[in-house]
Amino acid sequence: MTLGFYPGCSLTGSSREYAESVVALCEELGIELKQIPDWNCCGATAAHNMDKELSLSLPARILALAEKDGMTEIVVPCAACYSRLSTTQYELNQDETLKAKVASIIGMPYKGSVKILNVIQMLQKYAVDKLADKIKKPFDKEVACYYGCLLVRPHEVLQFDRVEDPQTMDVLMAQVGAKPIDWAFKTECCGAGFSVSQPDIVGKLSGKIVKDAVDRGAKAIIVACPMCHSNLDMRRPAIDSYLKTKVDIPVLYVTQVIGLALGINREKLGLPRHFVPVTFA
Amino acid sequence: MGHHQPHEESGLAADVKKATGVVAEKCYQCGKCSAGCPVADEMDLPPSLVMRMLQTNQPENDEKILRSKTIWLCLTCEMCIARCPMSIDIPKVMDFLREKSRTEKKISSNANDIVAFHDSFLLSVEKTGKLYELGLIAAYKLKTFHLMQDVAIAPAMIQKGKLHFIPEMVKDRGNLSSIFSKTIKKK
Repeated sequence: MTLGFYPGCSLTGSSREYAESVVALCEELGIELKQIPDWNCCGATAAHNMDKELSLSLPARILALAEKDGMTEIVVPCAACYSRLSTTQYELNQDETLKAKVASIIGMPYKGSVKILNVIQMLQKYAVDKLADKIKKPFDKEVACYYGCLLVRPHEVLQFDRVEDPQTMDVLMAQVGAKPIDWAFKTECCGAGFSVSQPDIVGKLSGKIVKDAVDRGAKAIIVACPMCHSNLDMRRPAIDSYLKTKVDIPVLYVTQVIGLALGINREKLGLPRHFVPVTFA
Repeated sequence: MGHHQPHEESGLAADVKKATGVVAEKCYQCGKCSAGCPVADEMDLPPSLVMRMLQTNQPENDEKILRSKTIWLCLTCEMCIARCPMSIDIPKVMDFLREKSRTEKKISSNANDIVAFHDSFLLSVEKTGKLYELGLIAAYKLKTFHLMQDVAIAPAMIQKGKLHFIPEMVKDRGNLSSIFSKTIKKK
């Protein structure tokens, strides 16, 4: 089976291990991923902070290219890209005049019919029934499933999971043998796009998240967003400085955990690229 | 009626309503947005106060909002709307206020670093079609003079294969530059 694939910019650079683990896992599950030809950046936080029409046009170009290629479903692993693409599709489907205007800005026909899936939705839809038989080494650890903001909010647009106590990642993790803990920071913001411009705020917000996970006995934090990962992993010095202690809990992508349980090796899943070492795998 | 007289069809609240459909009058000041906002303690005006100031329809309050740090500190985490009993779309209002603040050249000087980051990000997207992370950091440092920031982690990023030295390019860059000139560069 083939699905359209929008990796987004982070997954080709600072979060390439997320892309590596998505691709390795899909290969194992018999899902072929086809990149949207000539895809561009979705505009992320910067575009919608600065100009509404730009923030709708950049994702619309991506969706239009997917339509042109005949794709009906696309997988978008980055939560920020997933949010921008979904928001654009939602807003343009609510307003035909705006839809026509954006189509003229991008110079391409745009229907708004492509189904957008995050990685958890893709796994729910195409892998859940295959997982149990494929498990070679259950991921037997307490995990804090960290969803962050953009994977679940706003609900009106995404219609995905609960906005404050989501469950989908917890269910997936339990299916590969992990023990999801109950904790308070599942959907609190990590500081997201402030990683460079406001590093102290990121240290504080991400520090509270990491602390709660550790205090409640998690051995790993599981994420499905490259910004959450960068902030919790690469920004660990700022976190340690906020918490005034050194915290060594690793942060893994949901696809890396499932990949490990399925017996995929750690290099193929990009684990050596993390800043906080994953010592148990 | 003079421009500075309170009037329901003029002022920032009316602009917000026209552009976003959000009716500020619906807010009854329960404060859940400010309680749940992860950066409220860093803001000059917490989100519930922004809503209250919009309701007053006073030009001086409108001006304070557009010149606030708050609108640039909002992370669009969407917690406020998730908890708002009136489903007031504050993140959408913040997007509108930021764009208006930018086009009217009222950006708070306390938000210079945040806006420099957005500018640097969009410059990369305009030139390459994608985010070129090394280019983004270089442009940001030149804009802000935070030259030493993250120098310590750069070698590890390179060693882990997380930084590209050559940007990936969208093939149809003419299309990208046309999108920019028809939107953000028009204003």
